[in-house]
Amino acid sequence: MSATPKPTRVYYFGTCLVDLFFPDAGMAGIELLQSQGLTVVFPQGQSCCGQPAYNSGYRADALKVARAQLDLFPGDDPIVVPSGSCAGMMKKHWPDLFHGEPDEAKAVQVAGRVWELTQFLVHVLDVQFTDKGEPVRVTWHASCHAQREMGVVEEPKSLLRQLANVELVELKREKECCGFGGTFAVRHPEISAAMVGDKVADIEGTGAARVVSGDCGCLLNITGALEAGAKAARGQHIAQFLKERIHGR
Amino acid sequence: MDGNAPDFAAASRAALADPQLRGNFRRAMDGLMSKRAAQFADTGEWTGVRALAASVRLRALSKLPELLEKLEENCTRNGIAVHWAATTEEANAIALDILHKANAKLVVKGKSMVTEEMHLNAVLEKDGIEVLESDLGEYIVQLDGTMPSHIIMPAIHLNTKQIAHLFKRKIKDAESREDAAYLTDLARRVLRAKFQAADVGMSGVNAAVAETGTLCLIENEGNGRMCTTVPPVHIAFMGLEKVVETLEDVPPVISLLPRSATGQPITTYVNMISGPRKDGEKDGPREVHLVILDNGRSGIYADPELRDTLRCIRCGACMNHCPVYTKVGGHAYEAPYPGPIGKILVPQIEGLAKRGAMPHACTMCNACVEICPVKIPIVEIMGRLRVEAVKPGGAVKDGGAKASRAEAMVWSGWAAMNASPTAYRIATAAMSRLGNAAPASLPMLKEWTNVRTKPRFAGRTLHDLARAKGVPDV
Repeated sequence: MSATPKPTRVYYFGTCLVDLFFPDAGMAGIELLQSQGLTVVFPQGQSCCGQPAYNSGYRADALKVARAQLDLFPGDDPIVVPSGSCAGMMKKHWPDLFHGEPDEAKAVQVAGRVWELTQFLVHVLDVQFTDKGEPVRVTWHASCHAQREMGVVEEPKSLLRQLANVELVELKREKECCGFGGTFAVRHPEISAAMVGDKVADIEGTGAARVVSGDCGCLLNITGALEAGAKAARGQHIAQFLKERIHGR
Repeated sequence: MDGNAPDFAAASRAALADPQLRGNFRRAMDGLMSKRAAQFADTGEWTGVRALAASVRLRALSKLPELLEKLEENCTRNGIAVHWAATTEEANAIALDILHKANAKLVVKGKSMVTEEMHLNAVLEKDGIEVLESDLGEYIVQLDGTMPSHIIMPAIHLNTKQIAHLFKRKIKDAESREDAAYLTDLARRVLRAKFQAADVGMSGVNAAVAETGTLCLIENEGNGRMCTTVPPVHIAFMGLEKVVETLEDVPPVISLLPRSATGQPITTYVNMISGPRKDGEKDGPREVHLVILDNGRSGIYADPELRDTLRCIRCGACMNHCPVYTKVGGHAYEAPYPGPIGKILVPQIEGLAKRGAMPHACTMCNACVEICPVKIPIVEIMGRLRVEAVKPGGAVKDGGAKASRAEAMVWSGWAAMNASPTAYRIATAAMSRLGNAAPASLPMLKEWTNVRTKPRFAGRTLHDLARAKGVPDV
């Protein structure tokens, strides 16, 4: 991968969940990219990838929202997204969503430039981080869409393994969904609760102080359940975790 | 809600409240997942055989009408009587007609999900015909008066202790022993007598070979072979999608099916049925019938996107890997086909008025898609059904049945907010400032906070932070 010239400029698509609930994680992602010498552009006109309506059966509404993002990323620079789910929506589903629309070609072009953050850090930037933090045990929660739509499986774990004082203990059922599923969590609250209950038990079993993830939907769900269950472990977005380790706090 | 519509939410609540059931499923599915994974440890081999099996199914579907005609022609030449049923009612009537002509009083059945779809047992019993399921799992659920909770392992919701209790209650002279070998032997003794006395044997079909008119049936217990060879009449039931083109198309299917389903390299029995007993032969049924059921499948076939539903080889691996199915079990779906494949197939067969909730019982995690041996885009079809549920005029029966003006307005408002940077800025600013004051009793928040703390709005958005830190906008 390092044979290809590294880009000097990237776009950042923050996602609506990061915007409202995890802006520090979003900012940490921007700073990680900046620390690699990149110019990061954050178009202020951005909002949401359209996934909530898309997955609820309201494709016309999803299209309207996705279309409003298209012109924010002119040129060929990569678009980095601190979420496997939103990145998957853009990369995998936008071409379908715009199929037969007049701006289909533009949507396909934009979709083709989308990267999930850790995927970009590993494959394009080939980052090497130095850990300045205290020893800590963490576990990794893989989001379904990061794994299965973006193919991001080992990248985030390889980043965590770069950190000398971080002990990564993998979950027994790393690939199993946490039960968020967008509107699923409120349409089927009991099933979602059972799913996140199993996830919390798995996290507890690792003895980790932190569960690190790359997706804020999962984090809202898992962290909320950890807090409500008065568990010791806490959730954190990988961008923020990496930034804190690099800066030693 | 439709008065006849099964209530998945209520049924799943009941299932979740049963710790025994949850434990049984969790343990069983964990075991099945690791057994399957061991079968496909060689990812190169998995990728190859999966591509082959998918191509077998795709090719068959690409020429389905032609292959079905060829199947009928070759079956007929082999002496297998072929019957076409547009609906389950027609299929049941065909079965009854054959049974009446044979003056049948006792039927033994091998596993057949199509006959579950037809509710055949109830029809036969109403007609005064005794019907006995001979697959051990099917036998157990029949004794228990329930339905299969899994398409491959019908009684997977029960543990040995529960089965021992059931047998003690239902089988004469049964001892109360929680011992799988004893229980299996007990069932075998009951079934053996019935096989010998049965007038008609029934079975499903795993693949029907068009070029040779052969019915392929795989199974582990030998009961399939008994049902199809001992009674004087054999009736096989298949959905019209089960046809494959050539004999060479069979091995990839019958290899991937058990490896995906139970992690076995191959089933104990592979039956290739090519007709009734011929003159001079000493065994085999005198009559073999094949009932080919449509029941909405030709409608599914007509839509190029939905057609992929029909690739299914009924291995049930999607159930084993579904995080929803593994929590609530198969009965909560109240459908012949539960789990991911059920969530896309049943709404297409029975319509969205009755089954419009099913495609929403899914987090779209794609675990099923990842392991489906014939690469069915289950989640994409799930998404399509969610669209059709709220939009009239589509290809699926009862399209638009779940349309709700209130919900449409919510999404339209959501789109207006997210499609305009100004509206988005105002809305997110308001949510950031006021959102945390929302009472947890609000709809949706109430469901969320049942087991979670309230999501906390950060106060300042990433837009705010980026602007404050001088991150360029263009």
